Amino acid sequence: MLTAQGLTVRIDGRAVVDAVDLTLQPGEVTAIVGPNGAGKSTLMGCLAGLRRPERGEVRLADKPLSSLGDRERAQRLGYLPQTPEIAWRLDVQTFVRLGRTAHRGVFGETALDAEAVAHALETTQMAAFARRDITTLSGGERARALIARALAGEPDWLLADEPLSGLDPAHQLDATEILRGFAKAGGGVVVTLHDLSFAARTADRIVVLAEGRIIADGAPVQALNPEVLKYAYGLEARWIDGGGGPLLDILGRHARGPDSMDTHAKGPNAIDPHA
Amino acid sequence: MTSPPVLRDWRLARLDLGLLALLILLSTLSLIAGRVWVPLNHIGVAGDPRWLIITELRVPRTLLALAVGAALGLSGATLQGYTRNPLADPGVLGVSAMAALGAVLTLYLNIAYDNVWILPAFAMGGAGIGVLTLVLIAGPAGEAVSFLLAGVILSTIASAGVALALTLSPNPWAASEIMTWLMGTLADRSIVDVETAAPFILIGGAILLGTGRALDALTLGETGARALGVSLRRTQGMIAVGVGLACGAAVAVSGVIGFVGLIVPHLVRRMAGERPSRLLIPSALAGADLLLAADILVRVTPGANEVHVGVAMAALGAPFFLALLISLRRRLA
Repeated sequence: MLTAQGLTVRIDGRAVVDAVDLTLQPGEVTAIVGPNGAGKSTLMGCLAGLRRPERGEVRLADKPLSSLGDRERAQRLGYLPQTPEIAWRLDVQTFVRLGRTAHRGVFGETALDAEAVAHALETTQMAAFARRDITTLSGGERARALIARALAGEPDWLLADEPLSGLDPAHQLDATEILRGFAKAGGGVVVTLHDLSFAARTADRIVVLAEGRIIADGAPVQALNPEVLKYAYGLEARWIDGGGGPLLDILGRHARGPDSMDTHAKGPNAIDPHA
Repeated sequence: MTSPPVLRDWRLARLDLGLLALLILLSTLSLIAGRVWVPLNHIGVAGDPRWLIITELRVPRTLLALAVGAALGLSGATLQGYTRNPLADPGVLGVSAMAALGAVLTLYLNIAYDNVWILPAFAMGGAGIGVLTLVLIAGPAGEAVSFLLAGVILSTIASAGVALALTLSPNPWAASEIMTWLMGTLADRSIVDVETAAPFILIGGAILLGTGRALDALTLGETGARALGVSLRRTQGMIAVGVGLACGAAVAVSGVIGFVGLIVPHLVRRMAGERPSRLLIPSALAGADLLLAADILVRVTPGANEVHVGVAMAALGAPFFLALLISLRRRLA
């Protein structure tokens, strides 16, 4: 179990994460959703033990995360950052082997490490790409390689910050299938997502974050009910049955939502006559 | 397993052995080559005056080239791995100039000759402070451009400091001393210099070799490395101390020799791949190779005065730096 108690993070005096209490269960996929700037990434950073909260604490299996050493924490929590950096042109296998960093002994790689890497490549269907230069992969292949890197560490938990951004729907499905498989095998998965329909179809549980607070938490469609969507996103929307699962039908912008005023004026959907 | 890692490690071992063989060859050449050529069959002949040239001049010079080259190559590979920037080099980043400033400060304060360890200690301190300054200025994000700019500024300030300290010191040879510190040389060194520098280069080098795991993890950026359980503060500390000892000791006995640490990891990368930990040992070996070769070259080049090996490296290294910059820009574009 991964729990957050009274988690608060302030940046420049503003509470980006505000007294968040959250208990996450292994064996299921939990999606954290919310508008831009809601504090999703900051919360993920805390859950991964990479950001020290100002108040509150994160506990892993009832032990404070801060009491674990860097290595033990890294062995148990796999983290995929939102904007992954890959500095050198490594082949995929060498890249995935980086996931064993926290397990590696002084004498280098063991058979156990090699086995974990091979298994991770297999699970993500990247074995055929093992010798390819990672910087030349397509977005979908790269996303799978990144997940393989996290899986190679054989963590108890997988915390992925927007792992699907920039992927086409088919590759989104591939990536979520891998994450779902990890949860099915008993691991805990926490992902932040932007595509709400997609979140509703893939997650077992959805936590809605707005202005640093949890405003809804539960089964997908219930958590993302029209009231919540109105409050969190300023959206007028409803769920319809899409055959393959629930579909979010977005009717329009709701006037009373957060920062709806200026978004109305120059929102992403506004047409710029000078463009 | 699609590619057994053992196979690739053999490749690395082959590279190391090749560089080592080259090292032995160059070392031999370094003993016999120069203004006075000593044929191999005359080595070790007692009573031959040329034997003195070898034992008193060329043995220390060869050992020094080995140690200094290895220190610079390894420091370059470590700094490039840490900054994820193939343009990093103790010379380019001003770390060597900071070491020179530390050394020259002891001359200015007139404390250099109180004790044989004072000058190297100040040089190592200067280099360590240089690395720490870079890390602190560039910030935790460690963005490549700001790191490089900080290095250029540090280098300029330290070089100016060297010139200033030597000019202000009561020293009739200030101009030539400035030259020697900023464009280093291995000429006219004795075995005492080897004894002074080698232990620190060995200790610093050992510390730097211990950063391999962290450097690999830093491929994923700072957040990625931390998520893999790597302590950045510890890594920074190890690099500051390791580069401080290795580069500081090297500069204390040879002055600033730039670009070795820039060129060497780049060449090694082509043969060993880009994984940072795999570059460390080959870079130390290739650094020794490169500096030995350059030093032999300046010795046998005809002319009234011997060209400082630091000048030769700069003449070779600056165009290399430019070419690297252009190819990097293409890669990023």
